[in-house]
Amino acid sequence: MRIAIASGKGGTGKTTVSVNLALSLENAQLLDCDVEEPNCNLFLDHPLQKVKDVGIRVPAISKDKCTSCGKCAEACRFNALAVLLTGVILFPKLCHGCGACSIACPEGAISEVTQVIGSIEKSASHTHGIELYQGVLNIGEPMASPIIHALKGHIDNSRTVIIDSPPGTSCPVISSITGADYCILVTEPTPFGLHDLMLAVDLVKDMQIPYGIIINRHGTGDEGVEDHCSENNIPVLMKIPYDMRIAELYSEGIPFVLRMPRWKDRFLDTFRELQVLTDRC
Amino acid sequence: MVKQITVISGKGGTGKTTLTAAFASLANNALIADCDVDAANLHLILDPVMTSKLDFYGMKMAAIDQNKCSACGLCRSGCRFGAITERFVIDTHACEGCGVCALVCPKGAIVMNEHKAGEVYRSMTRFGPFVHARLGIGEETGGKLVSMVRKNAAEMATMHGNDLIIIDGPPGIGCSVIASISGADLVFIVTEPSVSAIHDLERVIEVAAHFRIKTVVCINRCDINKEKTAYIEDYCRKNGVKVIGKLPLSETPTKAMLEGRTVIEHKDDIFTGTVQDIWYRVHSELFHNSFRPLFQ
Ligand code: SF4
Ligand code: SF4
Repeated sequence: MRIAIASGKGGTGKTTVSVNLALSLENAQLLDCDVEEPNCNLFLDHPLQKVKDVGIRVPAISKDKCTSCGKCAEACRFNALAVLLTGVILFPKLCHGCGACSIACPEGAISEVTQVIGSIEKSASHTHGIELYQGVLNIGEPMASPIIHALKGHIDNSRTVIIDSPPGTSCPVISSITGADYCILVTEPTPFGLHDLMLAVDLVKDMQIPYGIIINRHGTGDEGVEDHCSENNIPVLMKIPYDMRIAELYSEGIPFVLRMPRWKDRFLDTFRELQVLTDRC
Repeated sequence: MVKQITVISGKGGTGKTTLTAAFASLANNALIADCDVDAANLHLILDPVMTSKLDFYGMKMAAIDQNKCSACGLCRSGCRFGAITERFVIDTHACEGCGVCALVCPKGAIVMNEHKAGEVYRSMTRFGPFVHARLGIGEETGGKLVSMVRKNAAEMATMHGNDLIIIDGPPGIGCSVIASISGADLVFIVTEPSVSAIHDLERVIEVAAHFRIKTVVCINRCDINKEKTAYIEDYCRKNGVKVIGKLPLSETPTKAMLEGRTVIEHKDDIFTGTVQDIWYRVHSELFHNSFRPLFQ
């Protein structure tokens, strides 16, 4: 079973839920798809080893063959190529690695080289039975999706897979939650939380993934999120209270189920509920 | 010259929008731009009245004419994003709009269509003009939309004679963040003393350094973890980044948000007093310090 954890917005407690849920299960694989800022391992502190680099194929242009005809730049829809009298220049940060330029070049002047944009790492040894994989986007690189795709290639279907997705509702989130059996949306009980939640709900509905809500920092804010969920028949799976102890553990990077074991049972109960909801028990 | 300050946070939920809104209410002659296009929130506090709306077109997207398609499969093998299904339909979530499929199709069955991916709004608020946007669900090109917001913000600021643009930036370090901070006079990072916020802070400071933009840091909820707060101060000092202020853990931001007000309008307490101090310091960084690159 694959459970994706998402939230319209960052800072709602997505990583907290992912890590604590993973720790409450016996045999979880945790995939940190928030490749701009993979944070799960800050709470697990596993030694990591690099599995591989992730790259995209960018054009390399042979000066000898190129006639500066401009066909490649015309084909590139990302404005990654500029043709000057002296030849073609590539702006590597704009290149999506689609290959249109090499198809378009009539002189066969374009070959492709791999440009590394990030990497995949996994935990070398694991505690609590969790196998962690994370993607890391290199600083200054704009494109997260290729790394997420590579990361998802490591999914182990014999385990319960927990996918910590990036914040927001754009492309990298879609790459992350595609193929999930269930999506948990983590939110806060405030007007901001509700606003972001509704965007996230639109997304999972559009993708036809069953979903439920976990309310974090329950007790602050107002009733808006709960009212909205009950009016729209959205299951509220769990409420994590606003609790100084949890906040302090969080700031230290300690998952609270490790210090407050009764929460392990709460997460397990939620997991069983998901198995029922998705017919996977 | 119109100055620009971008407020970012690395990690979400650190209080970025709270501070942006407070700055908006404290600035005398600023235009506000919400570049957190993926999950724009500032409008919930600023209560804008829209004056005009523009459509945002993202990448064109492929569409296959089933009558012309002979199912030869060349498009599918050419597509590097896995966007063409078994039945030769384009998966719009996966399509990057690169046009390779149209290029290789021998039947001319694939066309690239214009495609509306969001909207940009020009508005007025009680604190001055405001530009914000909405990216369609699941759309890419957040960076392009950010650029469109900033272009509209610059035009509108000139029109209204504003001397400052306050930009609420997105979380993370990717495309939209880069588009939000490039060319800004000051990057203002809001962080908090937790392991994950510190990790993101370090990454986002690197991004700002990569683009050589002057950066200041504000630590929110600094009393949750005094050791971590000291670590942040130390890290910033070592990296030549000024810690411009520290804010205590307070109920004021949530209470103000529930009322749709800024913390400054909500109440006069230690929290708001500190926010005011921070704003004066930001103001002097922007208008009285000559620019000196912090990273060489
Ligand atoms: S591979 Fe695609 S994106 Fe990159 S330069 Fe060529 S056409 Fe442009
Ligand atoms: S299409 Fe080929 S020959 Fe023409 S400018 Fe590009 S690389 Fe040079």
